[in-house]
Amino acid sequence: MTPFDYHAPKTLRSAMRLVQAFGDDAKVLAGGHSLIPSMKLRLAAPSVVIDLGGIAGLKRVTAGNETITIGALATHYAVESHRLLPSKCSLLPETAAEIGDAQVRNRGTVGGSIAHADPAADWPATMLALDAQFDIGGPDGERAVAASDFFVDLFITDLQPGEVLTGIRIATPPENSGGAYVKMRQSASGFALAGVAAHVTLDDAGNCASVAVGVTGVAPAAYRARAVEDALVGQGIDAVADASAHAADGVEEFQEDHHASGDYRAHLARVFTQQALSQAIERAA
Amino acid sequence: MKIEVTVNGEHQSYDVEPRMLLVHFLRDVVGLTGTHVGCETSLCGACSVMLNGDAVKSCTILAVQADGAEITTIEGLAQNGELHPIQEGFWECHGLQCGFCTPGMIIAAHQLLERNPKPSEADIRRGIEGNLCRCTGYQHIVDAVQYASKKMTT
Repeated sequence: MTPFDYHAPKTLRSAMRLVQAFGDDAKVLAGGHSLIPSMKLRLAAPSVVIDLGGIAGLKRVTAGNETITIGALATHYAVESHRLLPSKCSLLPETAAEIGDAQVRNRGTVGGSIAHADPAADWPATMLALDAQFDIGGPDGERAVAASDFFVDLFITDLQPGEVLTGIRIATPPENSGGAYVKMRQSASGFALAGVAAHVTLDDAGNCASVAVGVTGVAPAAYRARAVEDALVGQGIDAVADASAHAADGVEEFQEDHHASGDYRAHLARVFTQQALSQAIERAA
Repeated sequence: MKIEVTVNGEHQSYDVEPRMLLVHFLRDVVGLTGTHVGCETSLCGACSVMLNGDAVKSCTILAVQADGAEITTIEGLAQNGELHPIQEGFWECHGLQCGFCTPGMIIAAHQLLERNPKPSEADIRRGIEGNLCRCTGYQHIVDAVQYASKKMTT
């Protein structure tokens, strides 16, 4: 690691001041499970590190009847082990439990993962499927961005210079809804070769009143599989197989490496979409 | 920069460079070499320690991030010369061969048994999935954790 100055602000306000003062020279540190490995490889070499870990207010997870909030610094384990989330929105702890291993989940943060936007990270798929809103602080005050507008490209998000992701808000799903996350782990790293999060709400007839599908690991950025969603709205479980065939439609560039070809990842996206949607519908019924 | 930490019950302040990793701090500054440096990429788990009650990989944490924290390393588990039941389990069940992964394995098992005192075999395998062992094939490690679970819950 190249040397750097370290700042550990105690409040979000002082953190924001530091972020704006140091600009591009600075990197924001959350759990450090993406940034520190990048710094060891000198893929990142910031001259200033601003550690948000001491800001207690950013670690809270709440699950109300209307809204679920996840502070940007909440760990994966905080979501995995939350008392109320299994009944309010089981897709969240289910996704958290799929990340890394116990030690990584104890330390890595939801906000850090989202802001880092690794193309194989798990949270982006689930945040897309739950239509999450991301709260962002910046020089001009606060703004909110929908997950579907946030993940732009490989490690590139809608976050602008001087901005910090502060939290995640999700509308608590209604009674007759369900979600599922299906993933194939790269066996050494645990990252997703492909991962699909599906979330559905059923109408009285048992058909899908709303459908959302998020796909990670397949394209440079996680994406909503809109063609699948359009094909399944108003339909029931019998339509899942045909709709899932569209899970990689519109992807212009596939992630491709020695672990898996682009074709294989597209295939996984279709298969996992079918599995995730089937499970989601069963759980919603 | 100055940090204050409590390592295995001993509170002390230290002066460290911001880029120093927690594992190097524990080994080279505090002098506790039971925590091992394995892959240094948060995959192998050999560097696992308890940080404020959470098992973490100390190769992926800066020492400065541990300012104010309580840390327990493998050296802090035995009490009054008596092995911790998990250590005893590894002894009794032959849960190691070369021993390189053992401190991290025991820390991971410690976290698991705190959260789930009576884990199934599948729970144990999942609890130690962040720790690699190239000698045992894991079976004797699972036996060791089961031994400790029994001893700690009866």
